[in-house]
Amino acid sequence: MTDLTSPIAGISKPKAGRRDIGIKGRYAAERRFRAYGIAALSFGIIFLMMLLWSVFSKGYTAFQQTMITIPVEFSQQVIDPQNERTTNPQKLMTANYPIVARNALAKVLGADVNDRVAARSVGQMLSDGVRAQLRDMVVANPALIGTTQTVSLLASGDIDSAFKGQIDLKVSQENRKVNDQQVKWMNQMAEAGTLGKHFNGGIFVNGASSRPEAAGVGVALIGSFYMMLIVLALALPIGVAASIYLEEFAPKNKFTDLIEVNINNLAAVPSIVYGLLGLAVFVNFMGLPRSASMVGGFVLTLMTLPTIIIATRAALKAVPPSIRAAALGLGASKMQTIFHHVLPLAMPGILTGTIIGLAHALGETAPLLLIGMVAFVANYPTTPLDPSTALPVQIYMWANEAERAFVERTSGAIIILLLFLILMNVGAILLRRRFERRW
Amino acid sequence: MSTSLILLIVAIIGIAGYVAGGRHAMALVGGLSSKLHSRPGYYGSFVAVWAVVPAVLILFVWLVASPFYISSSVRSAFPDDVKAQSQAEQGLAYGMISSIARGMNALTNEEIERVGANPVDLRAALGAKGVPLAGDPKPYMVKAAGDLNIMTDISRITMTIVVLVAAVAGGFLAYRQIEPRFRARNRVEKVILVSLVVASSIAILTTVGIVLSMLTEATHFFTHVPAWEFFFGTVWDPRFAAAGSGGSEGQFGLIPLLLGTLYIGFVAMLFAVPIGLFSAIYMAEYASPKVRSIAKPLLEVLAGIPTIVYGFFALTTVGPFLRDLSSQLNGLVTGDYSNFIQAQSVLTAGFVMGIMLIPYVSSLSDDIITAVPRALRDGSLGLGATRSETIKKVVLPAALPGIVGALLMTASRAVGETMIVVLAAGVAARMQLNPFEPMTTVTVKIVNQLTGDLEFTSPQTLVAFALGITLFVITLCLNIYALYIVRKYREQYE
Repeated sequence: MTDLTSPIAGISKPKAGRRDIGIKGRYAAERRFRAYGIAALSFGIIFLMMLLWSVFSKGYTAFQQTMITIPVEFSQQVIDPQNERTTNPQKLMTANYPIVARNALAKVLGADVNDRVAARSVGQMLSDGVRAQLRDMVVANPALIGTTQTVSLLASGDIDSAFKGQIDLKVSQENRKVNDQQVKWMNQMAEAGTLGKHFNGGIFVNGASSRPEAAGVGVALIGSFYMMLIVLALALPIGVAASIYLEEFAPKNKFTDLIEVNINNLAAVPSIVYGLLGLAVFVNFMGLPRSASMVGGFVLTLMTLPTIIIATRAALKAVPPSIRAAALGLGASKMQTIFHHVLPLAMPGILTGTIIGLAHALGETAPLLLIGMVAFVANYPTTPLDPSTALPVQIYMWANEAERAFVERTSGAIIILLLFLILMNVGAILLRRRFERRW
Repeated sequence: MSTSLILLIVAIIGIAGYVAGGRHAMALVGGLSSKLHSRPGYYGSFVAVWAVVPAVLILFVWLVASPFYISSSVRSAFPDDVKAQSQAEQGLAYGMISSIARGMNALTNEEIERVGANPVDLRAALGAKGVPLAGDPKPYMVKAAGDLNIMTDISRITMTIVVLVAAVAGGFLAYRQIEPRFRARNRVEKVILVSLVVASSIAILTTVGIVLSMLTEATHFFTHVPAWEFFFGTVWDPRFAAAGSGGSEGQFGLIPLLLGTLYIGFVAMLFAVPIGLFSAIYMAEYASPKVRSIAKPLLEVLAGIPTIVYGFFALTTVGPFLRDLSSQLNGLVTGDYSNFIQAQSVLTAGFVMGIMLIPYVSSLSDDIITAVPRALRDGSLGLGATRSETIKKVVLPAALPGIVGALLMTASRAVGETMIVVLAAGVAARMQLNPFEPMTTVTVKIVNQLTGDLEFTSPQTLVAFALGITLFVITLCLNIYALYIVRKYREQYE
């Protein structure tokens, strides 16, 4: 800038030293401003990292489960002392299997089952799920009674947490869930190799349970799957049809304007309002069952429609008019032009928008709470009309549980949810990269 | 016949019609499709449409209307003393009759005869079949249940016949119309056009549904609680809604909830606006394409994370962290290690919601800043202004209306956000200004009032709809105003 003044310099004598125009200060301000921008951006990214880190660091342990593998004696004394299993089939269902498991464990540990305190400590190391596990084994094969089998049993949630190092063992034993004796036994078994961590398949297949070690997202996955299916089957055709009409056929009049304003507003309506709509219309007025994934699917469909319509309209707009002109010029009707030429060309954009809409629907929680998806469902739903829950709702329910082991489960479920979302989004990106055309 | 089976048969008739229609058209012109007005597929589609659409419409109307008709005719056969009772009592009686009817279908004929008219036995017999009854059935109920079953059966059979006849007849009539000069394509396209219009009016139906459903339920609520007490009440204390106790008196004041909503939203915007805006400015004006191509998707990941995850993050990480931090700070300063920030507080919820809103602010303002014409920037830079001066003095003022619009849209998200506040803000409805204490929001209370057992008559439940319509109106106003600003601003440069 100072160079510009040089022609004048020949006439008026250059002064000693430059005139201070505050350039230093202005450059400093420039650098500061730029630093604010970098700081803001890094804040955003750091928060993202912290969020993901806090979930993953708490949750990766949920995919491992502590199991105790010991020989279990299916003693007739305990299961069926009066030998009446042939006459009374109920007997095998109601036998005291936890005692069987407890005795087996006590034998391995060398604890005295007649000492009530020790017996209780031993019993608490095993999950309540062993009752069902051993019962199913015996009912399936009554010949097991009287034999000794090596069985892998679920450790209780507290032992699981302690073994994963999540319980602070320095706290005095009155204030923690596992006592010193149990910790000693646990370490003893771990050294002997009878107690160890295994891959936790249960978290993917089990239903709701009040015991963290036996709880899983199986039912929630099925419920979410049904809902996504319903959303896809309803929202995609309706959304595409609506966009085709608005983009290609609709005359510019008040009615079309009304629809446009409506769609824009619906995209911004809080999701919980859709839940109220679902509760009032689908559950209360139409009498569909509460907690059913069908109602959830309908609500999420209404919620996803605006997203899909907006994406589809953008994709239709991006198809150049020359395509339409060429088809019309060759004698195709308007309908033929659109369905045979414009729509296939717009399909990648439409599908990308749909996948993103589905991903949003998959993570949506609030409307599902209102239509009663907050339910304790232990059995798999067989139809979309059966009570069920959804992945994000399961996360919400677990987040409200106090036990330490449930924090781990919650984070584990979040990881599963995020994995699905990542898969869907990566799919959308790949689809766009692979098929999107630029004219 | 079950509904899905009927639908399947109708679909098969439709497919058969499609094939037959196309063949028939080709046969009429001896295989020369050029003599046909439309391509053969259109003749097939024409037949299929006439076979399927009327039949399915009839099926749908029948399924919706027949329960109403049957229920009203069963109710009209109630004994006079039952008819004299209130609507709710009659509803209960009808509910029981339909359970009995359902249970009787599970019993064999002998069992029904054995149980006969003895109501107590019937209850036990049904209980064994897994159909529990609320009370002992009265004799008239058993008779009504029998009638109900007969009527349902008749209705089903008639419906099956009518629907299938409609499908076949529709297909046949359409088939008869086919001739070489028949304009099949135009007819089919008209049907498609109508279905497109129907699809696009679903958007309007949704809005109408939202407004109507919430207005009706909210009106019910306002018959229990006067509107001014709701809108201007300063105490929120709905009491417990015990089923059947007939609505104990509670106080439903909106003001504390609204205050909490706005306060938490304000704190969230306090975090989100500077961070989001500065990121947007940096990405639009400074960042190299490479940085931009990494940073922008990363920020957008924040927008893709479900809000329940943010809620969990607030509940298990941010809340305890702030609580412990406050107790350490307090300890350093005063020596008293008690925390002054609660784990659930306005600050926790606002902060986490702020993180969630960063990508909304940044991507919306990014679009608006990049839309400011290049010429404005070049002019300013050419006059010797630095980049930051250009941004502050030229770009931002030009983009201001758009940015305000973006911020309004973000604010409407903050107001409607549910899961973060449910997990992190607390449930106590209080009016206070300390950001370290828990407060509650409209959305939290909607969730609280509607989870668990509900009956649609108590004000404790209905208040959720009044809250919902308030929320809807607030966000609607914010959005319409924002859209208006954004549109007006866009026109200036186009």
